[in-house]
Amino acid sequence: MYNTYMIRYGEIGLKGKNRPAFERRLMDNINRALRKLGASRVLRVYGRILVESEAEPARVLDILSKVFGIVGVSPALRLPLDEQAICEGALATIKDAAAHVLLPAGEALTFKVEARRSNKQFPRTSPELNGLIGGYLLDNFPGLQVDVHTPRIKVRVEIREKNAFVYADDIPGVGGLPVGVSGKALLLLSGGIDSPVAGWMAMKRGIEIEAVHFYSFPFTGEKSLEKVRDLCRILTGYTARVKVHVVHFTDIQKEIQKNCPEELRVTIMRRMMFRLAARIADMREALALVTGESVGQVASQTLESMRVINQVIDIPVLRPLVGMDKLEIVGRAQSIGTYETSILPYEDCCTLFLPKHPATRPRLEQALEAEQALDIESLLAGALEKTVVEDIQQPIF
Amino acid sequence: MIERQVYLDNSATTRPYPAVTRAVVEAMEEHYGNPSSLHKKGVEAGRLLSQAREAVASSLGVSPGEIVFTGGGTEAINLAIKGALPGRRGRHVVTTAVEHPAVLNALGQLKEQGVEVTVLPVDGQGVVDPLQLQEALREETYLVSVMYVNNEVGSVQPLEEIAVVLAAFRKGGRKLLWHVDAVQAYGKLPVQPGLLGVDLLSLSAHKVHGPKGVGALYVAPHTQLHTLVAGGGQEHDRRSGTENVPGIAGFGLAAAVIAGEVREAAGKIFLLKKTLVDGILAAVPGAVLNGPPCCRENPCCAPHIANLSFPGLRGEIVLHSLEERGIYVSTGSACASRKNPGSHVLKAMGVKGDLLEGAVRFSLSPLTTADEIDYAVEQTAAVVHELYALYGVRP
Repeated sequence: MYNTYMIRYGEIGLKGKNRPAFERRLMDNINRALRKLGASRVLRVYGRILVESEAEPARVLDILSKVFGIVGVSPALRLPLDEQAICEGALATIKDAAAHVLLPAGEALTFKVEARRSNKQFPRTSPELNGLIGGYLLDNFPGLQVDVHTPRIKVRVEIREKNAFVYADDIPGVGGLPVGVSGKALLLLSGGIDSPVAGWMAMKRGIEIEAVHFYSFPFTGEKSLEKVRDLCRILTGYTARVKVHVVHFTDIQKEIQKNCPEELRVTIMRRMMFRLAARIADMREALALVTGESVGQVASQTLESMRVINQVIDIPVLRPLVGMDKLEIVGRAQSIGTYETSILPYEDCCTLFLPKHPATRPRLEQALEAEQALDIESLLAGALEKTVVEDIQQPIF
Repeated sequence: MIERQVYLDNSATTRPYPAVTRAVVEAMEEHYGNPSSLHKKGVEAGRLLSQAREAVASSLGVSPGEIVFTGGGTEAINLAIKGALPGRRGRHVVTTAVEHPAVLNALGQLKEQGVEVTVLPVDGQGVVDPLQLQEALREETYLVSVMYVNNEVGSVQPLEEIAVVLAAFRKGGRKLLWHVDAVQAYGKLPVQPGLLGVDLLSLSAHKVHGPKGVGALYVAPHTQLHTLVAGGGQEHDRRSGTENVPGIAGFGLAAAVIAGEVREAAGKIFLLKKTLVDGILAAVPGAVLNGPPCCRENPCCAPHIANLSFPGLRGEIVLHSLEERGIYVSTGSACASRKNPGSHVLKAMGVKGDLLEGAVRFSLSPLTTADEIDYAVEQTAAVVHELYALYGVRP
């Protein structure tokens, strides 16, 4: 029944001079997200963003619930400036809203009408409208009761220049900042549970993400790569497209396996990954790396390890999961929809070369010494040369 | 340079014969009628159906009326196992530890309904002992399900001896149905249910260069079978639903090839398999053949499946390394995860540890060439030597 969606976007309002740019980005992102629904319009009117769409409201709301920067959405009816139409629209709206209210037995359904008239040509004042519409609802919807202080349902009516809008529900959005306003970063995407969540959290802060995946065929197979593509596809629900740089990592792993002491292999492998990621970031004008690391989960994620691994690059590394427990990460992965894919059992390159006893507190000198055996420059160049970029687009259905 | 492709995963599925593909397309484009329709279009489609039925029946040496087309091998197996009527006293089933999951899991469902299931062990070759089968039979046994050729290691079960055991058991007037899962045997070994006294026998089209999504169940005359899919009464009321005419037409063509040349093809494939197994065992130290020894005198050795392990190496890595060189094989089991306990077939045969994780299955078809086998031997040896060096394995 709804044909219009009123978008609230709290945090953007705080950004002073940047506001128009932020709003434009948010509108672009909404537009792109809604493209697969066919004809929809995104407009900025009366100092807010309106979406007009004739598509199934549940689908529109589902898509809008994934656009970063949206704090809340109210599905609304856009009506002609006609008293009877407004009253009927208010009735339809309260019926729909009432269907979602869980009422304790014996309690009456309370409501209030909140009318605002910015179009002073309209013959009724706001208080008159409140009374008129409230009376119509009481007459036509048995069991309602007015409560102006703490109503269960607020029916809002806005009288604008050309149209009236009626709405009741305010559905919370995902919040954050519109993707793209904070620049670009490169996500190290493994296929596990953590890294897609880290990417999602970075995107939530307005960061545009490109992904890098280290592929070790034949030590891992096409299925593990397809899993990474599937994870990117899920992330496109929040950002329309994700480019993934598939780095040919096999030769580097073989060289490490052949030449470096077993307990340091993971450390050195991570150092190589960081070096490669930093170079790709540089080429792609990304300003930071994003990883799914948390402190203390596994051997490579102790602070000692992080320091030794981080030492090879000089761009910032964002670790959005650093403050989260494993259970929180799993919960977030489930809510954003990546969990089921992440737990598919195809192994990534890290697990296949895992030594039995990796060093948990490697020292920098050890790592530097172990790397003496590698021709790092030519290994990096070789891996980058065989890197393939895939552009993962939002599925069209 | 055109990259070389050697497909040795024919027990997973096969590449359809070009004639099969053409038959499927033609059936979809020209003969799209419903075989139940009374007009010309329906009659045309019905004719394709009966031609295919005759071809499949003749490849088994049975009558067309005994063939029920299904939506694949798994469905045929489910129809056999769940459709077999227990009669008044029946509540016991006998099977083997190395059956396909379609059999084992269908029996698992019967078990939930109170049916008792005896699972016979196998020896190191993956072969069941007919005497143990004889001992397992009871008054209440109403169904025996034994596969013909095992899909993972290529062991051939002693069906002729089992036929003797079951015939003796039935002599006392006891009713018992015998189901044979012949999915992997079809097209590679003679499959003649009539000669053995088999009541139910399942087949799949896509393992013999036919299309996917089609299978068949042979049902011996006078066998009482419960219907699982009720509806319009197609397939002699045993499997309702509008017939998959294109798929069945393709199956018919593949079956016609089988009827013509099984023995000849089997001999040729066996020699290729022997070249492959002997070649790899000679060139790769530590390599182990899981399953029946590969020699012509061994009746337990299927001509087209070889399961090999390389100690210290995980099957998946060998698989992907061969893939890199254009050779497609599979791991002994379909498992991809470390959590997976490994192949139930290899475990039943007593394979342990390293060898269990390292199993790789090569499976051949009548289309496999000697050239391809030479290439596979050479590349397998190269790949395994390289991986041994990388992982420091010294077999």
